[in-house]
Amino acid sequence: MIFSFDLLINAIVSGILIGGFYAAVTSGVSLAFGILDIVNIAHPAFIILGSYVAYIVNMTFGIDPILTAIVATPLFYVLGAGIYQVYYVSFEKRGQESLRGLAFFFGLLFITEVSLVLYFGVDYRYVAAPYIGPTWHFGDVDLPLRIMVPCAVSLLLIAALQLILTRSFIGRAIMAVAQDQLALRLMAIDPIRIKRIAFGISIATASLAGAFLIIIQPVEPSVGREYIGRVFAICVLGGMGSLPGTVIAAMLVGIVESLTSTFYGPSWAPAVSFGFLLLTLAVRPAGLLGR
Amino acid sequence: MRTPTFLLICLAIAAAVFAGSIAIGNDYVFFAGYVILQYVVLSTAWNILGGYCGYVNFGTAAFFALGAYSTVAIYKLIGDNELPHVIPIPVLMLVGGAVSAVVGLGMGYLTLRLRGAFFSIATLALAVVLETLVVNWDYVGGSRGAYVIRPEELPLIGSYIRYLFLMMMLLAVAAISIARLIEHSRLGYGFATIRDDELAAEASGVPTLRLKLIATTLSGALMGMAGAPFPYYIGYLQPDSTFGLDYAVNSIAMPLIGGTTTWIGPLIGTLLLGSLQQVATVTISSAVNLLIVGFLLVFFVIVAPNGIVGLVYSYWQRKPEEFVGRRHVDADAPGPVP
Repeated sequence: MIFSFDLLINAIVSGILIGGFYAAVTSGVSLAFGILDIVNIAHPAFIILGSYVAYIVNMTFGIDPILTAIVATPLFYVLGAGIYQVYYVSFEKRGQESLRGLAFFFGLLFITEVSLVLYFGVDYRYVAAPYIGPTWHFGDVDLPLRIMVPCAVSLLLIAALQLILTRSFIGRAIMAVAQDQLALRLMAIDPIRIKRIAFGISIATASLAGAFLIIIQPVEPSVGREYIGRVFAICVLGGMGSLPGTVIAAMLVGIVESLTSTFYGPSWAPAVSFGFLLLTLAVRPAGLLGR
Repeated sequence: MRTPTFLLICLAIAAAVFAGSIAIGNDYVFFAGYVILQYVVLSTAWNILGGYCGYVNFGTAAFFALGAYSTVAIYKLIGDNELPHVIPIPVLMLVGGAVSAVVGLGMGYLTLRLRGAFFSIATLALAVVLETLVVNWDYVGGSRGAYVIRPEELPLIGSYIRYLFLMMMLLAVAAISIARLIEHSRLGYGFATIRDDELAAEASGVPTLRLKLIATTLSGALMGMAGAPFPYYIGYLQPDSTFGLDYAVNSIAMPLIGGTTTWIGPLIGTLLLGSLQQVATVTISSAVNLLIVGFLLVFFVIVAPNGIVGLVYSYWQRKPEEFVGRRHVDADAPGPVP
């Protein structure tokens, strides 16, 4: 392997860009797993659902996928709130969330994925948008717009989420529900309602992440599986529930994956996130910016 | 019932099933039956760790594929041109089981730091890493996959699929007997303490780490043994499908639908779900398979948290011992309401 400086810079830049996208993918899991302690292993499946919503609207009406995703967030929010209600009544209330709750989300993952396969088939789908295709060049560095745009919107999304969590009443209540449910009750706030809202928001982010995914790469129903390990690795690495930590961890994973696939070949890249996960758990289980 | 008696009964049932399948006179029965038996082993193995100890393993496919790829490695080692079936299936099973057992032992050490969901996610990631290794290992075919030629006929038994079926049947009997033996032994009680409250168990002097290591090793070994004959069954082994999540979802769904705390739960779940899948594959399509599994899994964990065995138990409350043996008593009790 001939080492070249161009290659290195380009790999790092594309790693940062793709990391921005990973941050959007992980933000929902950071909310659900990091803050609410709900192991939503089906999150990648909802992201694929988001991709297909963007795809259908884009194919039929030619509307921009990101715009579609923003409009679709209330739908995903309602879906998420509904799922949380079922989860709460069936598992959390009975204190069985560990084994059966996990199995529940695993089942949801398969239902979503197979339904998409049955309806759309396993062909790769893609969308059309003006920023898919052109690339900006700065010297030797290439900046493909199809990754730039999702990265930028994703960082905006996370900034907005962070603002909501730290500044708004609901956001602070969400942070509080993670710490002490009883105290929340004493303040006359229904912790279940807060959790429902938070889980709804978590699924709503999947709508946007799905649109980013289908802008970046063609999508078929089972690509979500690749993201399960990666998403949880980033979430743990970033420090459960810390959104700034999630962004840093996502970019770190993005850069290392990109370097691996540039210098060792793309077939080795999937092992990277697992390496990170193990390393984090062994060295610093609290993650980078853990509480 | 004593274990030897139980084993004899199991073997008698196995012999009857085998004779019955021959009497049907269509080899398709063996092809379909093999898959169901394979899942009997996988779900029983999963249940030793997941049902008895409470550690959810999402990496069934990894162990299964390890067994399958050990066979491919041996097959390549002895050369395609030599008699391919000189190595009998039981030997392959032992090798595949040993390889998976070693990885299972490694997974057991993960439980030192990882509990609950973290452990499950780590097992899922373990499958990804092993798949990456296999994809990049050209000797066993890499991402192109590997062909394994199945011998046509065997003396005494007839077609090769009958031989595979018979071997898998014996493995299934062995797996069920082991699971039953564990359940009624000190080991099983130890596992149950880990499931109910690991911290309390540790504090009371239960050697939790050693027990968990036994559970992960045993569970991994059985899964690997189930995978070892698979290349001969399928003929063409390819990483994507061998490491597929289908194995994981099936081996979790089957025990949960049947009931996780007893040996008979996974068996019932597998016979039910496995047969249903075989019928669905033939009559509808193979994608609908997983849809059925997904729906049944979600349905059962919500409506019947203790599976079919739990339903039977609550129906026959008068004599619980006969039906479920030692059951996790508090499973129905309402947890702390937040």
